[in-house]
Amino acid sequence: MKTLFDKIWDRHVVQQVADGPTQLYIDRLYCHEVTSPQAFEGMRARGLRCLRPAQIFCMPDHNTPTHDQDKPIQDPVSARQVAALEQNARDFGLTHYGMFSPDNGIIHVVGPEKGLSLPGMTIVCGDSHTSTHGAMGAVAFGIGTSEVEMVLASQCILQQKPKSMRIRIEGRLQQGVTAKDVALYLMSQLTTSGATGYFVEYSGEVVRSLSMEGRLTLCNLSIEMGARGGFIAPDEVTFEYLKDKEYAPKGDDWTKAVAYWKTLQSDPDAVFDREMVFDAKDIEPRITYGTNPGMGIGITEPIPQTAAQAKAPEQGFRKALDYMGFNAGERLLGKKIDYVFLGACTNGRIEDFRAFASIVRGRKKAPDVVAWLVPGSWAVDRQIREERLDQVLQAAGFEIRQPGCSACLAMNDDKVPAGKYAVSTSNRNFEGRQGPGSRTILCSPLVAAAAAVTGVITDPRTLL
Amino acid sequence: MKQKFNVITSTCVPLPLENVDTDQIIPARFLKATTREESFFGDNLFRDWRYRADGSPVEDFVLNDPTYSGCILVAGKNFGSGSSREHAAWAIAGYGFRVVISSFFADIHKNNELNNFVLPVQVSDDFLEELFQSISSNPATEVEVDLPLQTVTNKATGRREQFDINGYKKHCLMNGLDDIDFLLENKEKIEQWEQLNR
Ligand code: SF4
Repeated sequence: MKTLFDKIWDRHVVQQVADGPTQLYIDRLYCHEVTSPQAFEGMRARGLRCLRPAQIFCMPDHNTPTHDQDKPIQDPVSARQVAALEQNARDFGLTHYGMFSPDNGIIHVVGPEKGLSLPGMTIVCGDSHTSTHGAMGAVAFGIGTSEVEMVLASQCILQQKPKSMRIRIEGRLQQGVTAKDVALYLMSQLTTSGATGYFVEYSGEVVRSLSMEGRLTLCNLSIEMGARGGFIAPDEVTFEYLKDKEYAPKGDDWTKAVAYWKTLQSDPDAVFDREMVFDAKDIEPRITYGTNPGMGIGITEPIPQTAAQAKAPEQGFRKALDYMGFNAGERLLGKKIDYVFLGACTNGRIEDFRAFASIVRGRKKAPDVVAWLVPGSWAVDRQIREERLDQVLQAAGFEIRQPGCSACLAMNDDKVPAGKYAVSTSNRNFEGRQGPGSRTILCSPLVAAAAAVTGVITDPRTLL
Repeated sequence: MKQKFNVITSTCVPLPLENVDTDQIIPARFLKATTREESFFGDNLFRDWRYRADGSPVEDFVLNDPTYSGCILVAGKNFGSGSSREHAAWAIAGYGFRVVISSFFADIHKNNELNNFVLPVQVSDDFLEELFQSISSNPATEVEVDLPLQTVTNKATGRREQFDINGYKKHCLMNGLDDIDFLLENKEKIEQWEQLNR
């Protein structure tokens, strides 16, 4: 009668501290340059070495520019953080995929594609979107800097066990509706705090039918509903994806691993603290109109008339519309936009580029739209070229930039100017997230592509 | 920073505001630092309330007012809400506060304080209000925080309350141990786990 979460969690309990938290063993720690320097500094101050350096992987992604990566970074603060990570990895004997190396990319894209994130694992990183790796059937969650230091030192973490929630999505998705739309739909139903305190297992027909890329997108967005993390039980899709990946088990080990992974299912009579069921037929391509990812609508729907309909506090609803320059009750189809961003750990994978290319093929980029197409990793970039998608994109007037987080949080110089509208496949539309004063409309790669070729918000189903 | 806790008796610095969020405690622009040098974050605690944009101190902000001093910060309800940044706890510890008293703490921030050897003491609304009154009528008012007994006492009025802390954290604070010390003490258990599960 155990949930899958219980099975993975229980297996990793080193001890239950009396009148305190659980000591949990961590299989994999990822470090990026923004949240790790103080943890390494703490290690040095205590004179410690990493307990299990082979289980720790480092790569810069937040600060990396998306052009001229072979040249030094211009911004001195970014340069310092990126250099600090390289130095720390060297000093502590950790694997480091440096900027411009063929292995580099956004951690949450690189981990799965290298087979570093595997079913049944516990995975942490000082980054909230670590939930992405849950798509492999792992318990993956973001942690704070002190906790990064705990794992560096002891390969363990102290945690209170979260509550469990199951979200089932039944039925079949309509054409033009993607995993991103499913996630945006869930957020609008649950709001950005609806899953606070929970770990979410996604299941049901829709989830089973998603590709691995789609599952990664769905799990990525768990955190935007307030959840600690989200995951999907591994199945044939997972095994197929992982087979022959660089760090996946090989030969006999593979056979053994798959046999174990097949046991990673919630028992039929497992009890969850909360269960929710949704129907695929209620989901159409979606966009956000406000300043949190829960403020979203179907692309053909009007913005809610009232805060109550929007499930938002009155003041927050007005403030968001003001910031975005939208009116309550307004429809957004046909609205002019300025920037398009395809990328981020949400939608920077090969399937996202395929989707984008499927719409722009034989069309042209709208003349006054600025488009940033940023692969999630160099491996994605290579695959794009192998499949000749670069030629399709170029013929339509698009260029591909170099991998990194880029305009997802605009820590490098890909910043959307104040007041401009950016149609973006990233995961957060907070005020100023993509640059001071920028206005973000979150959506799937299909919606982004439709906007990029028409210059306005367009239902991608009309272009398929 | 890793001082052992037992009984602390001190005057207080009052901040009678509700919903003080982590952005106020330490503004986001300080997140780009690559160090956690205590003085750096302590110097920038409540930066935008404490200093004007030109760097001159805001005289009537409580940290710039010599009337109030001590290692106990007394703050309004819902202290430490907003972003989970640990930098906020570094700033409070770096400034030299060892205890924060409030009638409610945001969850993650409370944990961050404990991890950085600052004791969050949650008291009732009444206790908090009375304490603010005691401090404002006499800034020399002392508060006694007794960790072994888990009590907090307003010495001006003699009012005493019990506060909560889990047994594990109490042990850590009283012995000057943090989570990493605890985990490393348990290295054998970690190795046992690995042997069983590999
Ligand atoms: S792409 Fe965006 S959300 Fe993902 S890790 Fe980078 S900054 Fe965070």
